[in-house]
Amino acid sequence: MLKEKDKIFKNLYGFEDWKLEGAKKRGIWSNTKELIKMGSEKIVEEIKNSQLRGRGGAGFPAGLKWSFMPKDSGKDHYLVVNADESEPGTCKDREIMRNDPHLLLEGCLVAAFAMHAHTCYIYIRGEYYSESSNLQKAIDEAYANNLVGKNACGTGWDFDIYLHRGAGAYICGEETALLESLEGKKGQPRLKPPFPAGAGLYGCPTTVTNVETVAVSPTILRRGSKWFADLGSPNNTGTKIFSISGHVNNPCNVEEEMGIPLKDLIEKHAGGVIGGWENLLAVIPGGASVPLLPKSICDTVKMDFDSLKEVQSGLGTAAVIVMNKSTDIVEAIARLSHFYKHESCGQCTPCREGTGWMYRMMEKMIHGNVEHQDIDKILDVTKQIEGHTICALGDAAAWPIQGLFRHFRPEIEKRIQERNRRVA
Amino acid sequence: MHHPGTNNKVYKKINDNFEWSSENFKKISEIIKKYPSNRIQSAVIPLLDLAQRQNNGWLSKNSMEKVAETLSMSYIRVMEVATFYSMFNLEPIGKNFVQICRTTPCWLRGSDKLSKVAQEVCETNIGETSDDEIFTVVEVECLGACCNAPMVQINDDYYEDLDEESFKKILQDLKDNKSIKVGSQIGRKSSQPERKFDA
Repeated sequence: MLKEKDKIFKNLYGFEDWKLEGAKKRGIWSNTKELIKMGSEKIVEEIKNSQLRGRGGAGFPAGLKWSFMPKDSGKDHYLVVNADESEPGTCKDREIMRNDPHLLLEGCLVAAFAMHAHTCYIYIRGEYYSESSNLQKAIDEAYANNLVGKNACGTGWDFDIYLHRGAGAYICGEETALLESLEGKKGQPRLKPPFPAGAGLYGCPTTVTNVETVAVSPTILRRGSKWFADLGSPNNTGTKIFSISGHVNNPCNVEEEMGIPLKDLIEKHAGGVIGGWENLLAVIPGGASVPLLPKSICDTVKMDFDSLKEVQSGLGTAAVIVMNKSTDIVEAIARLSHFYKHESCGQCTPCREGTGWMYRMMEKMIHGNVEHQDIDKILDVTKQIEGHTICALGDAAAWPIQGLFRHFRPEIEKRIQERNRRVA
Repeated sequence: MHHPGTNNKVYKKINDNFEWSSENFKKISEIIKKYPSNRIQSAVIPLLDLAQRQNNGWLSKNSMEKVAETLSMSYIRVMEVATFYSMFNLEPIGKNFVQICRTTPCWLRGSDKLSKVAQEVCETNIGETSDDEIFTVVEVECLGACCNAPMVQINDDYYEDLDEESFKKILQDLKDNKSIKVGSQIGRKSSQPERKFDA
């Protein structure tokens, strides 16, 4: 279990003051000037050495992403923080923003400096109203105390930070859709290349990064990349906030070491599965987009990027959705299909048409109201959508269904047989 | 399922003349300052949000035209944005806009029971406004408070860790114009682990 002293998010639950005074007591903003004095190359180097991987879902190495920003492009550079947290199961960034906003703001300054950016936009999902008001108050405090603004923290670096509220579109969590939305358009993803580091917001070099990734970076610089890299296992280092929801006794957010066994995570922090571990049916380990895991895999699997990839799933946002044996597993996935149908932006045909078709098919499957060959048909359609769209929403809609049939195909076949018997 | 934020039809109120309130007019100049001076159309979402707040929770054609005029955008670009994002309601809603999260994590913990309760207490169907115009009840996709499931958003605030009884009480209190407690309904601090659960 992660030791108390190794925790980065010391006020995850909001027991302490979230405002500047409380934040300073927790060591935030204490020696930001020294961190900046390291110079941008050294900062990026440290983040690289820490092997921090992006916390937004894809797990891309953060240091590498930061290093893509050009040094002297002659244009303005932008840092955009992705706080459009809408992946079903995920509610970690919300806790950071409402209970420890200064941790994020300090991270923004450090990350922006490392990327030669003078301006940062935090794109927060529109539904997070009280979270955005906390964050705005924190920004105001930071401006009033000269922690950001002109000559931020006395470093000579001018840094402006703005909060931008979205308006309820899951797709705006995709980085280029987020940029489109920030430019005042429909949030429809752009074709890549050009990548945002070359031409992002307003055509300028931009890096879009998740709240948690930014928020952990000052602590990494303070305590050293070695400390962070020693937690977890190589390539899967550091700590991570896990959101545990669904059929557990105590659903919660908890910061833990990367690579903690799933069983430990659920039993030690979330009070165990309702009805005991034997009552477990399946777990979605990384937010709605990743394939589910049946109990047999959950018994032993470790929670990190590589271990979950080995079992054909993924860490995603580390949102653990637990389902016990009382769950109608087909309806659980059908609801996710409804989610993707609702959130598809409508730009690419395979996704726009496919998500709706898959949802209608899944809805029928709940009652076994299909033919046996339809199972292969839906799997074929998921393959037709996967990889044939501009962004990963098509993939994300396909994977939960593929995961369902990989592990629970007999369950649906049983339903079809029962229904055939009833009809006959 | 009907939702005032997901239809693509724009309504025009008869004799409606939308003008910014002086307070909002000041806010607009603050909002526009956030963006580069040649990129003020970035402010379209914040401005639509302001307009919606001023217009009792929904956007009429006139209010969208006003936003277009304020930002020197063509009306169609503003309408495009207003129809794309689900938080912009294109038809009138009740005083309390009740949004029940229906996605898997909330459903696992009983969100469909909440939908039933809402229909009973508010005396309306999902996607519709009650006759007294006190409630509009809709089911929505994940609101991002999964560790506090099941949860409901009413206007700007989240009501979390609900069960049938506590939700019924919230709606009844709203009906009776009483004040209600925002956040977790079982007295839990944000998403801390300690709590009892019996399903």
